[in-house]
Amino acid sequence: MKRIALLGMPNTGKSTLFNRISGASARVGNWPGITVDLMSAKILIGGHIAELIDLPGIYDLHGFSDDEQVVRHFLANNAVDLVIVLLNSSQIDRQLSLVLQIKKLQLPAVLALNMADEAKQSGITIDTDSLAKSLQMPVMQISAKYGDGLPKALQAATQIINQNQPATNPQMISQLLQEDNQIEQEMDALIKHHVQIPTTLTDNTTDKIDQILLHKWFGLPIFFAAMYVLFQFIFTAGKPLQDGLAWILQLFRTHLLAPIFASSPAWFSGLMLDGIYNGVATVAAFVPIIVLFFLVMSMVEDSGYLSRAAFLMDALMAKMGLDGRGFVMMLMGFGCNVPALMGTRIMRSRPMRLLTMLVIPLSLCSARLQVFIFIITALFAAKQAPIILFTLYVMSFLTMFLTALLFQGQYKNAEPFILELPPYRFPTLRQIALRGWHEVKYFLIRASKFIVIGVVLVWAMTNFPTNVPPASVGTLAGQIGALFAPVLDPLGINNQLAIALIFGFVAKEIVIGALAVIYGLQGDALMAHMATQIDWVQAMSFMLFTLIYTPCLSTIATLKSESKSSGFMWLSIAWSLGLAWVVSFVFYQTARWLGH
Amino acid sequence: MRFLSQLQIGQRAVIAAIEAEESLFHRLSALGFRVGKPLSIIRRANFNGPLHVRLGTTDVILRGTEAARIQVSIS
Repeated sequence: MKRIALLGMPNTGKSTLFNRISGASARVGNWPGITVDLMSAKILIGGHIAELIDLPGIYDLHGFSDDEQVVRHFLANNAVDLVIVLLNSSQIDRQLSLVLQIKKLQLPAVLALNMADEAKQSGITIDTDSLAKSLQMPVMQISAKYGDGLPKALQAATQIINQNQPATNPQMISQLLQEDNQIEQEMDALIKHHVQIPTTLTDNTTDKIDQILLHKWFGLPIFFAAMYVLFQFIFTAGKPLQDGLAWILQLFRTHLLAPIFASSPAWFSGLMLDGIYNGVATVAAFVPIIVLFFLVMSMVEDSGYLSRAAFLMDALMAKMGLDGRGFVMMLMGFGCNVPALMGTRIMRSRPMRLLTMLVIPLSLCSARLQVFIFIITALFAAKQAPIILFTLYVMSFLTMFLTALLFQGQYKNAEPFILELPPYRFPTLRQIALRGWHEVKYFLIRASKFIVIGVVLVWAMTNFPTNVPPASVGTLAGQIGALFAPVLDPLGINNQLAIALIFGFVAKEIVIGALAVIYGLQGDALMAHMATQIDWVQAMSFMLFTLIYTPCLSTIATLKSESKSSGFMWLSIAWSLGLAWVVSFVFYQTARWLGH
Repeated sequence: MRFLSQLQIGQRAVIAAIEAEESLFHRLSALGFRVGKPLSIIRRANFNGPLHVRLGTTDVILRGTEAARIQVSIS
């Protein structure tokens, strides 16, 4: 099979071009020795089936960033039949260097000049024919967004593929990569001969928008207002979708699955319905949120606003070893941790990305909010309720900052903070829809197995042995709770609450349901009973623990699949459990010592 | 001769020298920071935040620590 690599600098529309060529068929591929995900797709080109690989956006083949190393590693270990180099036409004066670097590697290449419309507006004219002659490779103007010029570019690619040149020898590439070549003068000469660039740019729409959005005093308030609106949109539009999906799944269960398993032994129907089917339902609940999240995020990202957010928030975030883009994801974590973790992929430096991923699970997500509202209603007066909830939000922020400060030395970001501010652009609907689709597919493939197994495990723990009532102190979960009693007693967390915490590993949404099963009561009766069983100090300690320890199985699964490291996943679990214990301990003992 | 980090908003200058380790140097040159290139400062974020610099057709943001590695002469 032929192999075609797509290469370009960041913000040149490379992923857009990739999506345009590959459509919805793209998948995330694994490549030996590479720690980031590379999208690839099988495409038909000139009668051959070829594999098209979307390499990360890089500035320089000889650079030192994680992505630049990935590209070098890829080219030095995989034979490539053709490289399609994509450049932003209006920045050809500096982006041409990448083409020259590829040419030095003697890789067969086609040069695609994207965003020809923007270049035209800026008064930049490129003589593609003469440039092609000098470069000795086909040069095409295309629009990745709308597909203009693409057939011609693919035709040129087909011709090269059909020449059936022997694929490049990766070892030779590896050798050539080590030789640093002086190409600056060559680039300048080419630009001088084939490109005309006006001294001042004529298009200033972006400047005008920036004057408002990056305003010295209005910039930050506008940013927070925009984030608030997007946040509300994702999670208020997501709620009815999640509820509808849950309703359909429940309908399916009561009318179709329950009758099927009615005659089978209780443990088997329990395993199928409360174990596996509940696991599937847990996975499904995330689908609407992930789609909506990436719908909004691809707009924020592709429009160019995310880099502006980085500009506005950097002064604060730099102190924590993070950057402004991480802040956007941290905010989104307050809705749901899972898409926020997936969204950290925009951060191209691995240490900084891991640090952000360590911080996000501490944000008070909407599932935890449900638990807190229930317990606060049960144990606190209406007047105190808002103060308690506010305290929990403050605690959430504090633990996030503390974690970032403590671990920033561990995850030292080696990449300089130098970002391009692209002009404002509107993504097409097709771009947005494809992004949502790819992300959901990715989540389902990578996380669903893990989540279902986890749900089944917790089901088994709370239902075995079968001669005691489910979720009682006699079950495995109850025994584990009793085993941890010496550790949990100093936090005021009794055996029943410990079982609820074990359920909480699956998802915080089910903690209230678990308490209902544990106490055998529901709704108001459960609230009244809990008020007699635990006092407010215990309740607060339980809520603090619930806030800080591992949010849910889906978050763990996402941490593992995004970091590609079980070690990192365990670190996150251990750190959050440890921190939860310390905070609850300090709170509970101090409150008791003060006589409450 | 002064550093990019010391320029005023709206001021134009020409890059005179870049003193950076190899990784930073590579990134800077890929984004168009080369000796002899003219640039101007568009804005600076509050609380000692990043600089917004324009080089030719490219707008770039960078922190003060990185800007202090670039020497400029005012045109």
